Amino acid sequence: MIDKFREDILSVVDAVPSGASIAVGGFGSSGRPDGLLDALCELDRRDLHVIVNNVGHDFTGVGRLLHEGRLRRVTASFPILQEFYDEYFAGRVELELIPQGTLAERLRAGGSGIPAFFTPSGAGTMLSDGSFTLRYSPDGGVAEHVPAKETRLINGREYVLEEGIVADFGFVKAHKADRKGNLRFRLSARNFNPMAGMSGKHTLAEIEQLVEVDELHPDDIHLPGVFVDDVVMTTGKAPATEDTAATTRKAS
Amino acid sequence: MTGTIPAPAPVVGRTREGIAERLAEDLQDGYVVNLGVGIPLLVPRFLPADKEVVLHAENGVLGIGAEASPEEADPDLTDAGKQPITLISGAAITDSAMSFAIIRGGHLDCTILGALQVSASGDLANWYVPGKNPAVGGAMDLVAGTPQVWVAMEHVDRKGQPKIVPECTMPLTGKGVVTRVYTDLAVFHVVDGQLRLVECAPGVTPEDVRARTTAPYTEHLAG
Repeated sequence: MIDKFREDILSVVDAVPSGASIAVGGFGSSGRPDGLLDALCELDRRDLHVIVNNVGHDFTGVGRLLHEGRLRRVTASFPILQEFYDEYFAGRVELELIPQGTLAERLRAGGSGIPAFFTPSGAGTMLSDGSFTLRYSPDGGVAEHVPAKETRLINGREYVLEEGIVADFGFVKAHKADRKGNLRFRLSARNFNPMAGMSGKHTLAEIEQLVEVDELHPDDIHLPGVFVDDVVMTTGKAPATEDTAATTRKAS
Repeated sequence: MTGTIPAPAPVVGRTREGIAERLAEDLQDGYVVNLGVGIPLLVPRFLPADKEVVLHAENGVLGIGAEASPEEADPDLTDAGKQPITLISGAAITDSAMSFAIIRGGHLDCTILGALQVSASGDLANWYVPGKNPAVGGAMDLVAGTPQVWVAMEHVDRKGQPKIVPECTMPLTGKGVVTRVYTDLAVFHVVDGQLRLVECAPGVTPEDVRARTTAPYTEHLAG
């Protein structure tokens, strides 16, 4: 019998070693798997490479990992948090800055067996030409650049070769799941979560509601359980309201 | 290139709201539009009731409604600025890869962005001031994929220096991507990689615009 539901979040996250790469869902704090991220702190994991859209606005979620000095590298489009930049400019954390659509597609591609793809995003900019600083040295100089990316003219337009991301782990926050690991997200909390789940060689999902198998209609599953290895209840806020309660207004 | 120039005599053009109002006149019924931060976020309040314009947010919302009241606010429903929103009827939610398929794949009609600089050939710089915190978000995908990229910005920066320049000195977001520029003083179109002044704001003369613009352009003023 397939049963991916686990009672104890710490024993699930214990599979993640220090030094791992982790693709994390969420857009800001919306749909971010804070329970799994907090567990990394409880287990004292360090030297992590986190692939996520934002570090966040405060010291929760990925911001807590940063605040506690647990990050080696961040791959992101919009870090936001000032303390992240302070650490980056001081040479204590690396930043691989990439366009947001490239981030989503690199995760999707990595999880789809596509090693690289060409995109127009970032062509002719410092995010593809090798001039963006990956790591500063402690004296404020540049220790290492993000390498220049291969480019190609296709039908007369320049495109950038971007590599798919296969992360050691995927961390996902979902609204509902069944014991087979089928996931359903809610409203804009879906965002990067399906991509993070696809990218992870081993994917952990924290959820708000566990439902019986077949309660999620096969047509309504956003991420099939084949991408998901372990399911745990979120340690965060109470389950959100039902989908039907989504606030909808007539266009005015 | 873009050295310091002496400040010309003061001129009063459109307000920030006025720039948004003028731009909103040019949005067509049925457009699907993505809005950047700054003046672009003022555009929805000037959309006339007889035009149906669908607003897209890069975090996967197609059909943003009004800002959510505190009672309506739902942490699972936000816009790209992480603010609580409502949905219009007929809205759709996607994941981030689908959201950027919409953007990069050319399925939006128009994206409206702020800018640090726009060049004579329509290059855009709007993501990074060297020495400050770098963050790009979806800007490079939006300009790479959207057929019409309209910039809404002040004509000069806070120090009075022109923002429409021969070549961008700030890091580029995209090359040759801007199709229109709406400022407090004027409207420019970019046609075949060249800037055209097509309109001056009320009370603003072509000479006022010329004195505050270092980029070369041609005049195509109506009347």
